[in-house]
Amino acid sequence: MKDRALVQIALYAAIFAVLGLMPKFDLPIAGGVPITAQSMGAMLAGVMLGAKRGALSILLVLFVVALGAPILAGGRGGLGVFFTPSAGFIFGWVAAAFVAGALMSLLRAHAVFASALIASVVGGIVVLYAFGIAGMALKTDLSLVDAAKACLIFIPGDTLKAVLTALVAQTVARGMPEALLSRAR
Amino acid sequence: MISLYLGERTWAHAVPAGWKLLALALVSLLVTPFDSLPLMGGLLAAVLALYVSLGRAALRQVVLLRPMIPLLVLLVGLHWWTGSLAAGIAMALRLLAMILLANAVTMTTRMDDMMDAVEPILRPLALFGLSPRAVALMVAMMLRFVPLLFALWEALNESWRARTGRRGGWRLLAPFCIQTLRLSHHTAEALAARGGAPKGPRR
Repeated sequence: MKDRALVQIALYAAIFAVLGLMPKFDLPIAGGVPITAQSMGAMLAGVMLGAKRGALSILLVLFVVALGAPILAGGRGGLGVFFTPSAGFIFGWVAAAFVAGALMSLLRAHAVFASALIASVVGGIVVLYAFGIAGMALKTDLSLVDAAKACLIFIPGDTLKAVLTALVAQTVARGMPEALLSRAR
Repeated sequence: MISLYLGERTWAHAVPAGWKLLALALVSLLVTPFDSLPLMGGLLAAVLALYVSLGRAALRQVVLLRPMIPLLVLLVGLHWWTGSLAAGIAMALRLLAMILLANAVTMTTRMDDMMDAVEPILRPLALFGLSPRAVALMVAMMLRFVPLLFALWEALNESWRARTGRRGGWRLLAPFCIQTLRLSHHTAEALAARGGAPKGPRR
């Protein structure tokens, strides 16, 4: 693996951690639903790095979490998080980044904003929730439908995160196009 | 950065990391098929007894579970609604016990011991051209990037405030990304100038 890819995988893993440690974004959402910026980290890693490197970057995050670093939102970390009801989401981030990255290179002929938005929504919401809901049903003995009900409150926040991710991708594509590795030849 | 690791040594610190991980995996496999209420209550009591044996600092970490309470209440409620309350409570007890048990391993194992313990698992990665030493380098780089990124965000926020008098918030995301990418290019160049990432199979 090239040095640059190695560094970028570490960088997006760090961005993921920073998003979790940040108090919160001032996002205009009503209801006071706890919104962590972290699933945006998975979207960003996929959209910016591409499928393989994006997934590796999230795997690196999970590895460091398992080693004991409290870098998930709210200072969570350690082996305990893999036993929580939301463990499905944690593993889902890897798939989310992979799918988002794959879609990003699949849609390379189209505008950056639109394709990044599609990639983030499909990867960071559809795929992520499939894993998250399945994981929750498994961990809590609830039926899939009931588990889905428990997860739905997060969807509005995640939609907003997909838009933000697309905005960032577009800005980077304008200001530093070579950094959009998911579209590099 | 705050750490979940307990500074003062306890008896569990002396147990090799590999054994603790193995024990955790075994317990998690063993308790999954059961959902009897007394059994799960007993499991949670046993784990809490383990925490008591580890001392006061360990018991204080139980507080870390507080953010999970709303979710657990919701899940138990869903169980109650769709079937049996007892099954819901057993599920919640099992989750709490396993989270605490896994956290106990994290509390009593140093990060580099944990890394050494999982190194054999990483060895197959060599098939994909990734040596365990490169993984260690990436972990180190990632942990070093975190405070650096915070400093960068603060600098951007300050300059935004100097210009507008308000907090930057999400508006800083795009310049932040460009700056961090530039930072990563410099790091990659510096790494290449020093001979590149390690390629050998072992430390």
